[in-house]
Amino acid sequence: MTILVIAEHDGKALAPATLNTVAAAAKIGGDIHVLVAGQGIGAVAEATAQIAGVAKVLVADNAAYAHQLPENVAPLVAELGAGYSHILAAATSNGKNILPRVAAQLDVDQISEIISVVSADTFTRPIYAGNAIATVQSTAPVKVITVRATGFDPVAAQGGSAAVEAVAAVHDAGTSSFVGEELAKSDRPELTAAKVVVSGGRGMQNGDNFKLLYTLADKLGAAVGASRAAVDAGFVPNDMQVGQTGKIVAPQLYIAVGISGAIQHLAGMKDSKVIVAINKDEEAPIFQVADYGLVADLFEAVPELEKLV
Amino acid sequence: MKVLVAVKRVVDYNVKVRVKADNSGVDLANVKMSMNPFCEIAVEEAVRLKEKGVATEIVVVSIGPTTAQEQLRTALALGADRAILVESAEDLTSLAVAKLLKAVVDKEQPQLVILGKQAIDSDNNQTGQMLAALTGFGQGTFASKVEVAGDKVAVTREVDGGAQTVSLSLPAIITTDLRLNEPRYASLPNIMKAKKKPLEVLTPDALGVSTASTNKTLKVEAPAARSAGIKVKSVAELVEKLKNEAKVI
Repeated sequence: MTILVIAEHDGKALAPATLNTVAAAAKIGGDIHVLVAGQGIGAVAEATAQIAGVAKVLVADNAAYAHQLPENVAPLVAELGAGYSHILAAATSNGKNILPRVAAQLDVDQISEIISVVSADTFTRPIYAGNAIATVQSTAPVKVITVRATGFDPVAAQGGSAAVEAVAAVHDAGTSSFVGEELAKSDRPELTAAKVVVSGGRGMQNGDNFKLLYTLADKLGAAVGASRAAVDAGFVPNDMQVGQTGKIVAPQLYIAVGISGAIQHLAGMKDSKVIVAINKDEEAPIFQVADYGLVADLFEAVPELEKLV
Repeated sequence: MKVLVAVKRVVDYNVKVRVKADNSGVDLANVKMSMNPFCEIAVEEAVRLKEKGVATEIVVVSIGPTTAQEQLRTALALGADRAILVESAEDLTSLAVAKLLKAVVDKEQPQLVILGKQAIDSDNNQTGQMLAALTGFGQGTFASKVEVAGDKVAVTREVDGGAQTVSLSLPAIITTDLRLNEPRYASLPNIMKAKKKPLEVLTPDALGVSTASTNKTLKVEAPAARSAGIKVKSVAELVEKLKNEAKVI
């Protein structure tokens, strides 16, 4: 049994979600190979070769694979992956974009966003926004799976010494091209990888008031998230959204500020180790999942919290 | 330009679902069913393209039980011109649905196919990408903006770090994200008119598609419940608990 993991990266650095995906592969068992596809990705390939437990790194370095266009990357993964027992990718926007296309090319069903490995062919995954957990078995010759990073503790980024092999295959479908991107710049940790997350909801009232949370987050070394209500109201950009249709996070500490706790939001954060809720409405559903609830006006409580931590 | 929109009948997003006692699935008896929210956004986008004069005909298709005709009628009331139901009482996987949609695409030859990015029941997020693979079309998933110009469509996509824009040759597949648009409500006159619009019913057999699956759901369970914790009286008490009890700061 040999497993192919698709590396998640931005062309320059390996994304931490790759380490969680390798961890899922290790739980399945067998040799682990990692594919790094992109352009000018020498540094990423080098970092990948050092991941603990990886036996081989396949490097497909070509202009066609820059920007991870699925029309070009999926045929590559399908061609390379056909001989493997499993193909795994992180359930990031890239993984979700590319892997179903691979599965259909291999004529197999995909299992999306697994949160645990029961055996080499059986996995669990949340459905209905996490209100139910399905155990799914695959009879596919190649099992195509996306991995929810929060379900698996990452393997060590160092300690491995995998062989690096270049892949010559070039697939350029010519049906799509990259136009541009606008990525949010931030010195804070990435939302899905942060140990502490501070999130704001409709109770923040406007975008300016999020400064309160940024100050607190910087003191805690935390990432800042938001509820869908705060995003829909235009307080903050949508890549900050935590929830069923946004980011799924499971930090050591999640501080929900002015968030009522809609099912949609809970689906994105209820696996956090410790949840703190600050809300002036003591009936807010967020208190039903919070380990520590504070019924208070956030505009008084947050500055005080920032002083005391 | 002809636009094909796929819609799914799912449990209404306001319903809190319960797992059946025998763990065979989720209890759907007497539960309110609606069009999947992302599919509503897909219908709305197609209607806006028609209002702009880009689309000339909107065909809406659903794969599902007889009762999915309700959701197709809703789409017709919102502005779709005609509907196709591929009737199947089985719980189909995303790949089976993608194969059925491919057969409909072959028959209808649309320039654009718009789907929701995921259904809020199975949360798979697969069908659009799979349909793109089977048709060989380009894919613009998780779209927050769609602009058709000549034989290309520019799609701005919601990605992890922000937004990405790609240009796709037509025909192409688009899957919708939440902020692509805000769907309208159907007016009463349009609901009445929708009853007279054509709705064709097909079967997987008639389309010559096998819906066999490599996935089998063994059981469905309720998630581990999180017990409510305690209420603290002050910020000072909160900090003390986080430091000494939870030891997370």
